[in-house]
Amino acid sequence: MQLDAKIPAGPIQDKWDRHRQEMKLVNPANKRKYRVIVVGTGLAGGSAAASLGELGYHVDCFCFQDSPRRAHSIAAQGGINAAKNYPNDGDSIWRLFYDTVKGGDFRAREANVYRLAQVSNDIIDQCVAQGVPFAREYGGLLDNRSFGGAQVSRTFYARGQTGQQLLLGAYQALARQIHAKTVTMHPRTELLDVVVHEGRARGIVVRDLVTGKISSHAADAVVLATGGYSNVFFLSTNAKGCNVTATWRAHRRGAGFANPCFTQIHPTGIPPSGDHVSKTTLMSESLRNDGRVWVPKKPGDKRAAAQIPESERDYYLERRYPSFGNLVPRDVASRAAKERCDSGHGVGPGGRGVFLDFQDAIKRLGRDTIAARYGNLFDMYHHIVDVDPYQAPMVIYPAPHYTMGGLWVDYNLMSTIPGLHVIGEANFSDHGANRLGASALMQGLADGYFVLPYTIGDYLARAGNSDVKADHAAFQAVEREVGERIKKLLGVGGKRSPDSFHQELGRLMWDKCGMGRTAEGLNEALARIPALREEFWRDVAVPGTGDTLNQTLEKAGRVADFLEFAETMCLDALERAESCGGHFREEYQTKEGEALRRDDEFCYGAVWEFRGVGERPALHKEPLTFENVHLSTRSYK
Amino acid sequence: MRFTLKVWRQAGPDAPGAMQSYEVDGITPETSFLEMIDLLNERLIAEGKDPIAFEHDCREGICGMCSMVIDGVPHSPERAVTTCQVHMRSFRDGDEIHVEPFRARAFPVLRDLVVDRGALDRIIEAGGYVSVKTGGTPDANLIPVAHADAERAMDAASCIGCGACVAACPNASAMLFTAAKVAHLAHLPQGQVERAQRVRAMVEQMDAEGFGNCTNHYECMAACPKEIDVEFIALMNRDYLKASLAADDA
Ligand SMILES: Cc1cc2nc3c(=O)[nH]c(=O)nc-3n(C[C@H](O)[C@H](O)[C@H](O)COP(=O)(O)OP(=O)(O)OC[C@H]3O[C@@H](n4cnc5c(N)ncnc54)[C@H](O)[C@@H]3O)c2cc1C
Ligand code: FES
Repeated sequence: MQLDAKIPAGPIQDKWDRHRQEMKLVNPANKRKYRVIVVGTGLAGGSAAASLGELGYHVDCFCFQDSPRRAHSIAAQGGINAAKNYPNDGDSIWRLFYDTVKGGDFRAREANVYRLAQVSNDIIDQCVAQGVPFAREYGGLLDNRSFGGAQVSRTFYARGQTGQQLLLGAYQALARQIHAKTVTMHPRTELLDVVVHEGRARGIVVRDLVTGKISSHAADAVVLATGGYSNVFFLSTNAKGCNVTATWRAHRRGAGFANPCFTQIHPTGIPPSGDHVSKTTLMSESLRNDGRVWVPKKPGDKRAAAQIPESERDYYLERRYPSFGNLVPRDVASRAAKERCDSGHGVGPGGRGVFLDFQDAIKRLGRDTIAARYGNLFDMYHHIVDVDPYQAPMVIYPAPHYTMGGLWVDYNLMSTIPGLHVIGEANFSDHGANRLGASALMQGLADGYFVLPYTIGDYLARAGNSDVKADHAAFQAVEREVGERIKKLLGVGGKRSPDSFHQELGRLMWDKCGMGRTAEGLNEALARIPALREEFWRDVAVPGTGDTLNQTLEKAGRVADFLEFAETMCLDALERAESCGGHFREEYQTKEGEALRRDDEFCYGAVWEFRGVGERPALHKEPLTFENVHLSTRSYK
Repeated sequence: MRFTLKVWRQAGPDAPGAMQSYEVDGITPETSFLEMIDLLNERLIAEGKDPIAFEHDCREGICGMCSMVIDGVPHSPERAVTTCQVHMRSFRDGDEIHVEPFRARAFPVLRDLVVDRGALDRIIEAGGYVSVKTGGTPDANLIPVAHADAERAMDAASCIGCGACVAACPNASAMLFTAAKVAHLAHLPQGQVERAQRVRAMVEQMDAEGFGNCTNHYECMAACPKEIDVEFIALMNRDYLKASLAADDA
């Protein structure tokens, strides 16, 4: 496996412009002769499919939901960053770049991050032109709020539904192209494999989720925009359908998987109230703008929050990190919560929770202002927990939320398989070991609107049309494999549901490869996962047939892939004998309990090459160099 | 808690359907409605039976995927929630609960509680957008938008496209859904240029899909999990009338 990041030469400010000038173009009349497959209709896939359609390419777009508008991006709450500097508080492209590299704990590629910061402003312009109803000030101009990991206000938002509004913008642009017939939409269709022939991605094999029909789709280039894999933990803030299948199947066909152990545990999830809980609901990070996080000073203090006097409260984030306070980045906030709970100060069910308190903010700003800022989040919390956050503090606990790891891509967003591009959360590119709030929406739209449409043109102009059509033997072989796997899943005839395996895997991953990781725990997980996988294939129960809508079958396929992927994730965590960002190896911490990065040994992207199920994958390294942001210890004190 | 569930089961689009009865027991009040169905499905799978097919994804009231009629009301008799936001504490121990799919001529049943709502996408495809291409757009702050207009646009844009309005309407009309998109864009300066042709194209598509007419029952607003205002329907009707008159003139 060759890793050539293809980072353009020259000063970082000029790389993208220069690269764009040097890229080959596809003549407008020839564009319609190229067929591009886009899998996924979230912010990344939706924006890419729409933009490619506008350019004149022939696009086939896929999603497993019944409508492209329901991709998981719809659930994003808090906002999207851009370096507009509208509030005049000292923001700039450089500062957004700097914050993102530092926030990612120096494990992202500088050139990609700089480009992200550069195009961030175009995204806001684009969205406003589409009719995205961002929050506005009384003078009619756009409003901004602050988010964790930054000391400027650069986050644009639409109430607590920013993802919904941005996705509807992209979805509407996509709908326009579907109407214009440049994009053919295939909803309720799941990618089950990628076809690679003679070293080039040729297309995909999919299953129609209503009829069960398996079919092949050939194209000149394939784009995966299939989101992240947080559901490997079973409980996460992600939608229930989020999965690793598309990226894992591509990995099995030769795409390198980078930094799978870099997962983000979000500090403000609602702690699960019991075993029946099927997903964790997120409370937006924006709440930390006005909410104060605390625990009782006395361990095991069971009193209600209101009964605990001020002097007996520990506002531990403000205490430990005076300059960022409650706005420290997510990895820092999550770890600090875990530390307090581990040492007996936790509140709520099982002592796994901390208070997020708005009483001071309500006193200072009034209930109406707080309601205007967070009303829908407060209602959501009230509804789920049956406690009114205007009266009593929320109880929150960290929850799996986002995955920085993903398929390795070069500067052009192409994976190690020529012709296979990966965008949005599915790739590994911009967030290093920790993502800052409001940066995923930015990255998804940057990739889809402003990066991929250029770079894919360069690829197509160089590679030309693919002559392998959907009836080629290469497709037939993959179709057969897909069909056999489905038959196998239906034929096990065991007793345990796919969900029960998923739950067991999730608990194991959360315990051993969650917020705190040790060599010992990871080795235990590495021993347990193959056994669980073996049990799955011996005892899974999938009723029904393959030629109808069969949700248990869909679930079983996804769990089977998680059971393979989890092993690589643990291996990656074991190999990375340092702490950085969301990856906290307990053996490597400073005296104050902060992450201890080991740059001399681990300043690289770890890229895994598939060698067979249960076989140890090969590790390749992309060294990271920092020429613009000085490689330093992150401090939010 | 224990409940008797009467659930609509239908093996496929052309198969006959019927209500089937299930007993569930040992449910805690903080369990959500969908989690209760999950538990029932786990049991059915263990017994080698087909679990109940139903749609869901985000499970937090924003994706618009979940779509059950609970005790005769789309989503649930509770106000302003989606099915996935309903908790068992809203029911009484021992209740008999009826669960059916969203029904409408334009929403054919695919299996059990899963229906095809593709018609709603086609209404948007007909014109529910601003025709701007990627790139080349002016600075976002070039055109100020009055705070009240932006807020009103956001009220309309909050629609999650679940189709509860259609399922609640005695005429299976999609007026509230369509009006929400029309009103979202009509409240913004960016939406003005195509305002007339948008409303015409969307209303025509709505009719072509076989949705019924609006006869002012307002069941749609009562069932809407996002409490989208029926006033938007009045706005759409005005716009449509104006647009049709202008088209006749032309
Ligand atoms: C609750 C929550 C709140 C968040 N809030 C914020 C925020 O405020 N700001 C921010 O910047 N980020 C936020 N994030 C993160 C952000 O929402 C996601 O990272 C981002 O939306 C991912 O977009 P995407 O386009 O890459 O993938 P997704 O939106 O996950 O879309 C994936 C697409 O791929 C399709 N797909 C997947 N697998 C297959 C398959 N096998 N076959 C066919 N199709 C497939 C799906 O159908 C879907 O269309 C939040 C995340 C969560 C969970
Ligand atoms: S599952 Fe998304 S709204 Fe109910």
